Amino acid sequence: MTRRIDWGQLLANYGVVLALALVIVFGWLRYDNFLGAFNILSVLRYNAMFALVSLGMCFVIMTGGIDLSVGSTAALGSVCAAYGSPYGLVPGLLAGVGAGLAVGVLNGLVVTRLHIMPFIATLASMLAASGMALLLAGNQSISVSYDTAFTELGQGNLLGFPIPAWIAIAAYGAGSLVLNLTGTGRTVLAIGGNEDAAHMMGLPVRGVTFLTYLASGGCAGLAGVVLAAELGAGQPIEGVGWELFAIAAVVVGGTLLTGGAGSVVTTLAGVLLLGVLFTILNFENGKGWISLSAYWQSVIRGAFLLVVVLLQARLTARAGQRRKGADPASAA
Amino acid sequence: MSDRTAAGGAPRPWSPARLLARFGTVIALVLLLIFNFAVTPNFATWQTLNVNLTQVCTIVIVAVGMTLVIATGGIDLSVGSLMAISGAIAPMIFMGKIVQIGNIYAAVTLAILAGIVATTLLGAFNGWLIARFRIQPIVATLVLFIAGRGIAQVMTNGNLQVFRVPEFQVIGLGRIAGLPVQVIVMLVIVAIATWVLRRTNFGRSVLAIGGNERAARLSGIATDRIKIAVYAISGLLAGFAGLVVIAINSAADANLVGLGMELDAIAAVAVGGTLLLGGRATILGTLAGALTIQLVRYTLLANGVPDAAALVVKAAIIILAVWVQERGRTA
Repeated sequence: MTRRIDWGQLLANYGVVLALALVIVFGWLRYDNFLGAFNILSVLRYNAMFALVSLGMCFVIMTGGIDLSVGSTAALGSVCAAYGSPYGLVPGLLAGVGAGLAVGVLNGLVVTRLHIMPFIATLASMLAASGMALLLAGNQSISVSYDTAFTELGQGNLLGFPIPAWIAIAAYGAGSLVLNLTGTGRTVLAIGGNEDAAHMMGLPVRGVTFLTYLASGGCAGLAGVVLAAELGAGQPIEGVGWELFAIAAVVVGGTLLTGGAGSVVTTLAGVLLLGVLFTILNFENGKGWISLSAYWQSVIRGAFLLVVVLLQARLTARAGQRRKGADPASAA
Repeated sequence: MSDRTAAGGAPRPWSPARLLARFGTVIALVLLLIFNFAVTPNFATWQTLNVNLTQVCTIVIVAVGMTLVIATGGIDLSVGSLMAISGAIAPMIFMGKIVQIGNIYAAVTLAILAGIVATTLLGAFNGWLIARFRIQPIVATLVLFIAGRGIAQVMTNGNLQVFRVPEFQVIGLGRIAGLPVQVIVMLVIVAIATWVLRRTNFGRSVLAIGGNERAARLSGIATDRIKIAVYAISGLLAGFAGLVVIAINSAADANLVGLGMELDAIAAVAVGGTLLLGGRATILGTLAGALTIQLVRYTLLANGVPDAAALVVKAAIIILAVWVQERGRTA
């Protein structure tokens, strides 16, 4: 059998990177300063928290689960971080991440011990985390202390690069290592591929599933820390809709929602793609030819998501036809 | 609440766990009512009943559609955004922003129809994506969840549309025999949906698809058409609920109409005892689920508990209800 490059599969896996490159080239050709340092750095700074929640979401989705609680967990994390900020950078960081991990533990226990569907379990913890954030903050935003270095986590630079971007890069590096080089990473994919089979092979299904929710909670808490440090306040009502943005980014990144396959790097590309589309809209308005209100942002994102999932559906169907006998509907 | 498909085989003996799973929501509802009659001041009044029913009725209307969708093994995340769309379209028509219509009744009728037809078509579009391209429901409806509210905001430029049109607002503020009009509409919708799910071929096909889609298709059910119809119905009901919301508020705010409704509706369906994997569904259960969640919130608020704490309690109730049902099934 000759080895041929499966272009369709390659496109399905890395199409998002190609799309990102095309969009960036388009922006570079069309607008002045599109690739200017200021624009690049502000896109990175602003999207770092979305990148963090999407990373955790990616791991959960690869096991075939879902985590709807990331948005309100980030809000809870930002409130806790704001309360911790007067004691310094590290206490603020730990408070935010700790809150996120606590929600992650709760999600993991409910999913793995009570055997409640992830969708419902995390829907409930979304409400609970949101309620806790509002209770702790007394229904208002909590100012972050500027006496300590805490705000550096959101507003500072390191080697000319925004610190939130460094945090996100570090998290994605760690995530990529875990997924590609460790047994835990392989187990994550095995669970998503076929949970029963993974269980029968003796893989620690429960433990690893639990870990993915823990990681997702931790990432969301970290995103909350960045949020609080960037805005200078813990925001109990922030994070609405973040979970669906994260799911969209993961899907655009080519990770299947049925689990069993996925990539950390393309998820990052998905986040950046959705973020850059918004920047393009701003630049286009700046040129004055058209004037699209900010509301177009969600319409364009939705349309983009539609195009991506349609392409994915076609490519998957074609790959299914080539592997004879595989019924694409049987995976549903 | 017997509108479930038989699980097959001989009926199993009743165990306490199964009884609790089946009637837990109703029991909880009755206990809540007793508690409120005893403790909450001014509970047994016509006004309390009306306030609660008015608040819960849009959730129930949307949740009925969601029940049908979930019965096929799907989910519809777009309902809140569809509410915003119908809520944006209707005022533009009856306020004469698109075309001037002399007769106010004709204008209102056209406005209501336009709003509902638009969301029904968008719902059918959801179903088409799911049936034709085999896209997972959660992703397919995510598209309109994101884009739908944007469409409503773009149409209105994000502006609040304030109006005073009694001929239209009768669906949110009118009363028949003392009962709010929308409550009566809600009861009619619940009755029709219960009948459809229990007694019609369509209802049986819906449950068959949720139980085992391949088997359903092989046995000759037009699975694709049924799925498209189910999402269209969900869109229709969401569109109507959006109209009720703006009629109550005398204003349409595309940023807020239906915000978070998908979660409220899913919670009501889950607490009501519909199997979230599909194949088993109960409309009356969904009604009981929505009423329970509403009554818990009212009980807490009426007794001085802050709204934020009520959210935490709501979360606990959802988990408890689903866990009890899960245990009842395996017991």
